[in-house]
Amino acid sequence: MPRREALKVVANVAVGPYSLIRVERGGLDPGVPGQFFMLEAPGRPLPRPMSLCQASSGELSFLLEAVGPGTRALAAVQPGQEINIFGPLGNGYRLDVEQPLLVGGGVGLAPFPYLSEQLGGPPAILGFRSEWHAEAAALVPNAEVVVEPTLVTELLTDTHDVFACGPEPMLEAVRELAPRAQLAWEAPMACGYGACYGCSVKIDGVLQRLCVAGPVLEAVA
Amino acid sequence: MILNASGCLDALEAPEVALGLDAFVTKTVTPQPREGNRPVRIAETEVGMLNSIGLENPGIDGLLSDKLPRLAELGVPLWVSVGGFAASDYAEICAALDDRAEVTTIELNLSCPNVDEAPESAAEIVAAARPETRKPLYAKLSPAATDLPETARAVQSAGADGLSLVNTMRGLALEEKTLQPRLGHELGGYSGQGLKPIALAAVYQCYRATGLPIVGMGGITSGRDALEFLAAGARAVALGTILFADPEAPGRVRRELAEELDARGLAGTEAATGLAHSRGPVHVA
Repeated sequence: MPRREALKVVANVAVGPYSLIRVERGGLDPGVPGQFFMLEAPGRPLPRPMSLCQASSGELSFLLEAVGPGTRALAAVQPGQEINIFGPLGNGYRLDVEQPLLVGGGVGLAPFPYLSEQLGGPPAILGFRSEWHAEAAALVPNAEVVVEPTLVTELLTDTHDVFACGPEPMLEAVRELAPRAQLAWEAPMACGYGACYGCSVKIDGVLQRLCVAGPVLEAVA
Repeated sequence: MILNASGCLDALEAPEVALGLDAFVTKTVTPQPREGNRPVRIAETEVGMLNSIGLENPGIDGLLSDKLPRLAELGVPLWVSVGGFAASDYAEICAALDDRAEVTTIELNLSCPNVDEAPESAAEIVAAARPETRKPLYAKLSPAATDLPETARAVQSAGADGLSLVNTMRGLALEEKTLQPRLGHELGGYSGQGLKPIALAAVYQCYRATGLPIVGMGGITSGRDALEFLAAGARAVALGTILFADPEAPGRVRRELAEELDARGLAGTEAATGLAHSRGPVHVA
């Protein structure tokens, strides 16, 4: 069940250009890999959705890239500060597969450390726009790393059970090559629990709220 | 009495949040199902947010056959928010709701900033809806009306039993780098804390103009905010944008409001309604 608690920040670590925010777990359930939490962005009116990156003992951690006012506010949190966190929310990855392969682009690798742990360290292909960004690959075991202009799809050759997370063009390209892939999508959302209808996207021709129907969707229903 | 603002909560997805309310107001229902506007539909601003959902809803048939029976099972009194593109749309839906015992009150959404407005005035729509139902009719008005107290008096004369004040106001947000509109629909409805002084003024003026029961809303985030809306003339308050950031807001605002009332020796919310008017009207020579 999702809960909302004010949790103390334990550490805010730079990983390449990204920030890894570690917080005390409190009474929150880490949920299933691919599920997300709404993180209070200090000083901003709305929280931000973040998938859980790591669930080490007694902690939760989130990987984010400061790209706007909310993520910049989150990237500036200091140890000892408390932020409200609500979750876990949405539908995560289905883990009952035979040959898992994680495919991620940029900060889209965020759910993979926890996912990899749950799946026993499967192979991963991670794509980044620079060597600096690629420093984050160290968070995911057994990862093969490509840097632009090479794309993750150039290494995606066989029929693994693909778990993907990354920018929309990457997800679309992965879906072409791996029709059974589980894809984690992103959309702006105000609430994360079905209240605002802000994150509606077309799924199988029907508009559905990504926070409720997703964020992980099977490529072919 | 604490409600949600229409379109700011799905009681079927989050029943535990709805159970903290004195009544649940549905998302606006229109005669036909609507997909709503294309993404992006949400844009945060410095002190609030814009939405351009565009009245996504299953249509009145979908509400009556599917959602209403399930909502009734929650045991929270139900208000249905009604929208349309002509006075006859509102009349038709009010007629369809009239014999539904699950529905306690009908709110006429006369002011959605994200869809084309009906050609008729707010008062003409209320007049068309009034004979179709015995249920209490609340008119939800925009704070952008040129003369809001006059509009409020007109809907009162047309048969409105109460007012819901206020809806969002039209706003625009631009992308940081590209300076292009952030919403797919370009303009959206502005809500959140920035709306509060405007909403308070609307409640204050319409209370004085009509004496009708008012549900006050617009940027309420705390018990103190709720108290101010009561003082301005509201009998009830509704929570909107704060529900997105804090699903526990109904219980929290209720506790804080009770503390505010206690601290002033007020026996209940009724005792606070209209307190801001105790000095009487200001006459300008």
